[in-house]
Amino acid sequence: MMGAAVFRPLANEDEDMQATWTDGRAMTEVVAEFIKPNDRLTSFERLQIYNRTYWYRVFDCLYDDFPGLRSVLGEKRFHALTRAYLAKHPSTSWTLRNLGSRLVQFIAEEPNWTAPRTKIAIDIARFEWAQILAFDEARHEPLHGDDLLGSHPDGLKLGLQPYLVLLELDYAVDNYFMAVRDQDDGLRSEASNTPDHAPRRAAVKRIPLPKKHKLWLAVHRCDNDLYFKHLKPEAFLLLTALRSGHTVSAALEAALQDADPGEDWAAQVKDWFENFAALGWFCAPSA
Amino acid sequence: MPANKFNNFTEYGIGVGLRVPHYQHILAKKPVVDWFEIISENFMVDGGRPLKVLDQILEQYRVVQHGVAIYFGSAEPLNRDHLKKLKRLVKRTRTPWLSDHLCWGSVDGRYTHDLLPMPYTMAVAKHTAEKIKQAQDFLEVPICVENVSSYAEFHQSNMTEWEFLSEVVERADCGMLLDVNNIYVSSQNHSFDPLEYVRGVPHHRIGQIHIAGHTRYPTYLLDTHDHPVPDPVWDLYAETIRLGGRAATLLEWDDSIPSFDEVHGEALKANRFLHEHTAVSQ
Repeated sequence: MMGAAVFRPLANEDEDMQATWTDGRAMTEVVAEFIKPNDRLTSFERLQIYNRTYWYRVFDCLYDDFPGLRSVLGEKRFHALTRAYLAKHPSTSWTLRNLGSRLVQFIAEEPNWTAPRTKIAIDIARFEWAQILAFDEARHEPLHGDDLLGSHPDGLKLGLQPYLVLLELDYAVDNYFMAVRDQDDGLRSEASNTPDHAPRRAAVKRIPLPKKHKLWLAVHRCDNDLYFKHLKPEAFLLLTALRSGHTVSAALEAALQDADPGEDWAAQVKDWFENFAALGWFCAPSA
Repeated sequence: MPANKFNNFTEYGIGVGLRVPHYQHILAKKPVVDWFEIISENFMVDGGRPLKVLDQILEQYRVVQHGVAIYFGSAEPLNRDHLKKLKRLVKRTRTPWLSDHLCWGSVDGRYTHDLLPMPYTMAVAKHTAEKIKQAQDFLEVPICVENVSSYAEFHQSNMTEWEFLSEVVERADCGMLLDVNNIYVSSQNHSFDPLEYVRGVPHHRIGQIHIAGHTRYPTYLLDTHDHPVPDPVWDLYAETIRLGGRAATLLEWDDSIPSFDEVHGEALKANRFLHEHTAVSQ
């Protein structure tokens, strides 16, 4: 009962515990059955502390994890989205790191919360979730050029690092995200200059929404810093095919089947493999 | 007793919580700190910066793990994925003991990410103790269970919190992380004498002590870990040391975190009580 009560969304613009229980009874009556009042707080008020703490904690988590999405939607719509998301998808992991794992799917399934910016919202949310994965997913021992000597592409399979996330996007969300982050950093540093009272927030400049622009990105980390690398579509297809378990030959065929025959693909492919190997992206294929 | 089986026969002194705002200072300046406490779940990841920082810290310092998500008091069984990752971390840090809370926080696979109080009954004590034993057996490291601060009490309870805590740790044969700030916060919220709590637990099972600050609201105290340690909490700390002897002591400061030197300075005030106890007992 207490668990169910804690997970219930707050009422009154997320200030108070809901006044009625699921069966229509007054919440004051329901809570009084299992929680004692004291000389200062009613049973309802005591449980409300926990109800509020849960929701403020999970709101804060998504607020911090999805700043770009928050900027795209605006604070009010972002809050409504996260409230609806969390009501449907409460945390099912012992770590808050995974709280936003189903947010992209939720946005796609219930576009009313983000319309008319649903497509932008999906792209920016995917981009921000990719950063969470790139931050602390595993790193396996990278393969180097010497490891591949003597291997024939027809039989060679390459794994990709778990922390490497490949994204095909329709909007230039990377530039947008950087602009949002720069603005947020500016506001944070302003706040830190006023330690003796509540931070004064400068007027938030509205950042133009991301432009429609096809992108292929690799979100990854290097020396434990996060990076995103623009890829040519052919390189993206190559990496995607490798990740799917294709041999190098099959992956190249998939990547280049619609490529412009006028380009020097041999040189580019050689560069890609050298570059991606230097970045440590290749590892032994999963068992 | 300072060195006991619940802290793996160590005699750790005063420690500080390892917190992100202090990473740069600690790694650059290498301050003299007896030990750091880490939140286990922050480092139960598969790669990346958290583990890099942890390994750098482990090169220079002793580290003890403190968890927030085992949920010994939850009705459902222990989460095997969580335990496996926790054990992997235990091997990495070589923590001499591990702590987590006497609370519940998950139900039907959903997590509150909070430390929720339980009804204090014998049935609940037995269930909780059994889960602590299972965890201890799996992790192969002593466990110290921490008392939480709470804002609600249950009609179902038929013993005091300190009776409940004592029952659990005796049945589980585990240690206690006695959080004297939590005792104080709960005592004010539930109108009991905090000294009665401190005096009513099995002191030979104290493996570690937490001290911290809190926030006073008009109708309750909230365990916020964002202030210096107030005098009533120091008084409880002094009584705990008097009754149980010196114990590894950790200052929790988790919000509105000031400089490392300020936090460490606050923690080192515990020396005043530790030295007084040594003088008295000599």
